[in-house]
Amino acid sequence: MNDIVANCVSHNTDVLIIGGGAAGCYAAITAARLDPSLRITILEKANIRRSGCLAAGVNALNAYITEDYSPEEYLEYVRWDAEKIIRDDLVLSMCKRFNRVVDDLEKMGLVILKDENGKYVCRGKRNLKINGENIKPILSRETRRYANIEVFNHVNVTDIVVVGDRATGVVGFSVDCNASYIVSARAIIVSCGGAAGLYRPNNPGFSRHKMWYCPFNVGSGYAMGIRIGAEMTSLEMRFVAQRCKDTIAPTGTLALGVGAKEINALGEAYGKKYGANTSSRAYGATKESSDGRGPCYLKTVGVTREQEEDLWRAYLNMAPAQTLKWIESGESPSRFNVQIQGTEPYIVGGHTGSGYWVDACRRTTIKGLYAAGDVVGGAPKKFVTGAMAEGGIAAETIVQDLKQTKRTSLSETTSVALEKVKDYERRLTPRKDQVFTTDELEEGMQKIMDEYAGGIGAAYRYNSQQLGLARKEIARLQKVLLFQHASDMDELLRVYELKDRLTVCQSLIAHMQDRHETRWPGFGVNTEYPESDENWEFFVNSRVVNSEIEIIHRPLNKGETFYEHTN
Amino acid sequence: MSIRIERERCVGCGACVEACPGNLIKFDPDGRAFIRRPEDCWGCASCMKECRSEAIFYYLGADVGGRGALMQVKRDGAISRWIIRGYDGATFTIVVDRKQANKY
Ligand SMILES: Cc1cc2nc3c(=O)[nH]c(=O)nc-3n(C[C@H](O)[C@H](O)[C@H](O)COP(=O)(O)OP(=O)(O)OC[C@H]3O[C@@H](n4cnc5c(N)ncnc54)[C@H](O)[C@@H]3O)c2cc1C
Ligand code: SF4
Ligand code: SF4
Repeated sequence: MNDIVANCVSHNTDVLIIGGGAAGCYAAITAARLDPSLRITILEKANIRRSGCLAAGVNALNAYITEDYSPEEYLEYVRWDAEKIIRDDLVLSMCKRFNRVVDDLEKMGLVILKDENGKYVCRGKRNLKINGENIKPILSRETRRYANIEVFNHVNVTDIVVVGDRATGVVGFSVDCNASYIVSARAIIVSCGGAAGLYRPNNPGFSRHKMWYCPFNVGSGYAMGIRIGAEMTSLEMRFVAQRCKDTIAPTGTLALGVGAKEINALGEAYGKKYGANTSSRAYGATKESSDGRGPCYLKTVGVTREQEEDLWRAYLNMAPAQTLKWIESGESPSRFNVQIQGTEPYIVGGHTGSGYWVDACRRTTIKGLYAAGDVVGGAPKKFVTGAMAEGGIAAETIVQDLKQTKRTSLSETTSVALEKVKDYERRLTPRKDQVFTTDELEEGMQKIMDEYAGGIGAAYRYNSQQLGLARKEIARLQKVLLFQHASDMDELLRVYELKDRLTVCQSLIAHMQDRHETRWPGFGVNTEYPESDENWEFFVNSRVVNSEIEIIHRPLNKGETFYEHTN
Repeated sequence: MSIRIERERCVGCGACVEACPGNLIKFDPDGRAFIRRPEDCWGCASCMKECRSEAIFYYLGADVGGRGALMQVKRDGAISRWIIRGYDGATFTIVVDRKQANKY
């Protein structure tokens, strides 16, 4: 027998942060600075030192307001890139903070390139050149400077507890040892990042995790919210990234850094044919290939030896596999163009617009629950500085809101949470007749999503009949998973990760079924409605009511009008 | 895509166990680190950068173009030396000064 119920750690705090990534760490730091009397607790499934998207490092700060530009200009850029489906209030509030976040990062020790006059050197209009290899250790070190921040590493949170109409705590388990955690809090920030691994990946075999988005961000943040009826927006705006073939390393360094153009197999530059925003560029490569002019490349041939050596170093600081590939194969970028490919679709509110529907202050539709970073919808192109900015906004809101918030009873939170702990116990009880491994079920999910819900194998295309099948087949796996057991904590983690992914899949499919148009062709083509339609210029939102997914349409807000939840 | 930990070099300090964003590295009964599921590695190199015993090597899977080369990183202050040993034994070193920003 296991003793996960007996080994239950009960804890009490003021501000609880689920996920200590870019947004979560910065939220903790902001709250700690604003009010040293607050107790702030981070629960992190890995270790905040290098967890989440920032593990390998980042190449540049992709979102900064440079001298000749303004937050309003950034807003218009995001509107253009996202084909209008954005929340002006969220984007503006985030980009008004980019530069403050950057100043802070520099003070924490991030190396940012400056010219002889001490001014930051820009890459393109909105990027700053940095050495971002150790950005995550820098952020996690900063959290240690505040005595009122405590961190529980290696704790995977599975559920948010709601008592009455308020989020009052969370429940999770240790990924190392047989222990469960129930933490009650006066305010909770969810900052678990986006969702990778829903679809069959580019490299489905041994290198299945050689993907762009962090494979350990499995959409738990979305799933926890979906289960308690939080409203989600724009899940159908999936993100398909254009990346270096095989290593799935970012391409911005080649395109923006050394000006490499996209070309097809015939050597033709095809960029202008399709448009320049993120979706159009992804569409270009897919279309050129499906029309028989693939593979596509970034034309790097002709860069100098010196540039090439700088590229090796730049990639070692964020995607070391690409440098290894160049050296190991002898096909260095000055002599060989770099082949590119589209990735499997991810759900990631920091690049596209999928995630929690929040008000301007980052309150979700559930009282006591706030959100920040890749898990928040309506504000694409956040990148690292935007994710941190949102963490800062959520923390400031909480510090204000807590002045009027009383503590809810610990016993009620505990009794709801204990039901979940019993579920861990049930799953850890050995079962001899289990047919499938959790890995097999995961593969099943990825195949369904790939074939029926517009994955790579379907060239990102889908129709209503296929989506109907996807929904049915995902429901089948959800039923099978109900009885899935785990031999140890590592297996238990996998069961709950799959549970979260399946939850996100169902909501994603419902969103894709609802939007009767193709607004972002590079991210997916609805073959029944292959064109963009101005009558669909609104948000597709959803929430679960009585176990059913309910779709809600919400209008776009323009300019400085702030959105507030009214229900 | 994965890493390989050379058992003889591992002193069991646990830095890699702490660093891995996917909780993939565990200790064997002798207190030495091993990667539990090589196929689940993201290739972020966090573990290698934290290992002071230079026990961790990085390689590309055969399904993503690997030819059997192993890469390792040696850190000396702000200087990182990335050493790639080809399948033919030839080595290649790239030096990165972490105090310098990327040019691109
Ligand atoms: C490969 C890659 C390269 C990038 N490069 C750049 C760049 O060069 N410039 C730039 O500006 N931006 C870049 N970005 C974007 C940037 O990294 C992200 O937008 C940012 O990190 C998002 O912050 P976040 O806090 O939402 O997510 P993350 O930083 O990923 O944090 C999420 C955290 O939640 C934890 N977590 C997840 N589930 C649970 C759970 N159930 N319980 C407890 N903890 C949980 C995770 O372990 C993780 O620590 C890049 C992203 C990727 C993936
Ligand atoms: S490279 Fe990254 S994902 Fe792979 S084992 Fe090392 S730390 Fe973990
Ligand atoms: S960091 Fe290196 S020495 Fe320390 S446990 Fe890991 S492999 Fe062993």
